[in-house]
Amino acid sequence: MNEILVQILIIVGVLLGTVTIAAGLIYVERKMLAVWQQRSGPNRVGPFGIFQVLADMVKIFFKEDWIPPFVDKKVFIIAPTIIMLSILMSFSIVPFAPGIVIADLNIGLLFFLAMSSLGAYTIVLAGWASNNKYSLLGGMRGAAQMISYEVFMGLSLMGVVIQVGSFNMTDIVNAQKGLWFVVPQFVGFIIFLIAGVAETHRLPFDLPEAESELIAGFHSEYSGMKFGMFFVGEYLGITLVSCMITILFFGGWLGPSFLPPIVWFLIKMFAFILFFVLLRAALARPRYDQLMSFGWKLLLPLALLNVLITGAVVLSNA
Amino acid sequence: MLSNVRTLWMVFLKMFKKKVTIQYPEKKAYLPPRWRGRIILSRDPDHNERCVACYLCAAACPVDCISLQATEDENGRRYPEFFRINFSRCIFCGLCEDACPTYAIQLTPDFEMGEYNRQNLVYEKEDLLIDGMGKYHGYSFYQQAGVAVGVKPKGGGEKEDPPVDVRTLLP
Repeated sequence: MNEILVQILIIVGVLLGTVTIAAGLIYVERKMLAVWQQRSGPNRVGPFGIFQVLADMVKIFFKEDWIPPFVDKKVFIIAPTIIMLSILMSFSIVPFAPGIVIADLNIGLLFFLAMSSLGAYTIVLAGWASNNKYSLLGGMRGAAQMISYEVFMGLSLMGVVIQVGSFNMTDIVNAQKGLWFVVPQFVGFIIFLIAGVAETHRLPFDLPEAESELIAGFHSEYSGMKFGMFFVGEYLGITLVSCMITILFFGGWLGPSFLPPIVWFLIKMFAFILFFVLLRAALARPRYDQLMSFGWKLLLPLALLNVLITGAVVLSNA
Repeated sequence: MLSNVRTLWMVFLKMFKKKVTIQYPEKKAYLPPRWRGRIILSRDPDHNERCVACYLCAAACPVDCISLQATEDENGRRYPEFFRINFSRCIFCGLCEDACPTYAIQLTPDFEMGEYNRQNLVYEKEDLLIDGMGKYHGYSFYQQAGVAVGVKPKGGGEKEDPPVDVRTLLP
């Protein structure tokens, strides 16, 4: 009985925590972008503009939720929920601290990869259902981008899996007690970072929604809370990828014992979230064919090579 | 690839630079005196209106936002009966100030003219007329002009000789 209660508490805590962080990222992103562009950013609503989050939320709740008459109504409504659901599902395998994990699956990493692949549906369906050429272009780009970057996203993680010998996230963290995997798996880390940015279609890889070419890409026709879902979904995606980088390459909750493990986890996670914002502040969007050739011609061979060498080293040591 | 990393680093360093934003309603940017903002009508040193209602500003105005009507007082001094500037049309080009022969119409460094009601952007003469001389101190058109309109007698100006009596033979 008590165990079930604790489990429910963890589920509620993770759900509320992740969604709150994702909403708070609205403020963090605006503020940090401003800092890196030598501006002040939001500073009107409350101390340091911290209630900007609330103001933005209230605004988006009260926006008219307009469904254009020409769209495929059912798919149009379902599409934004998929991204939220698939990413929230992925959070169930994230170990925030020893014991604080919803489902300690023995195939945790595979579950994460599967769920992030489902995220591609939201873009394709939203782009298709909008019945708008810009949305469709965005959706097609998004699908191609996510499918091609998924390939070596998985491959880049295989180095870690080979070293640990397990897909379980807790095992992966515990295996890093001596040395974080960012050192032996540096190539894998770089590839996963790039693939993660592409997977969440954040700048500089925001081609599905490239506003200078495609208005807003796949969510051009969305408004109100449905647009809010895409928005929160994107921030949830950033949080998730930051969590995964922390767990897979930076030792998860491991750290000197003067801080509790969960704090270490959050510090590392926020560092990567800020890195995502810095990427947005600094880099320009590549052309679409550059994105594709970069992925298939450079990152895929690198990832394969990484798997090959890691496997050879592990075999020779065994 | 390397240049991207360099960009990232350089943008990161921007964090420690001073912000360029001026927090506007609390702090205001310096506006030079010749800044082209809200238009005013100034007075001469004797506290009379400088405007002589010559219509040059209205003629120069590219958007036709100035309208006025000339009239004369009992001394024959010209002044505008009404003077109206429609600031919802005004483009603050400053051509009226260039055209004005008496330094009457002037642009000032003030731009905070927001209104909730569009009609309030139409400024009448009492809104435009200020008590001071604006940017050009000490200038009075009728002190320099030849005509006598109650400001000075004919020939009473600073750089002016008294009028010649054409009916006398004395040198």
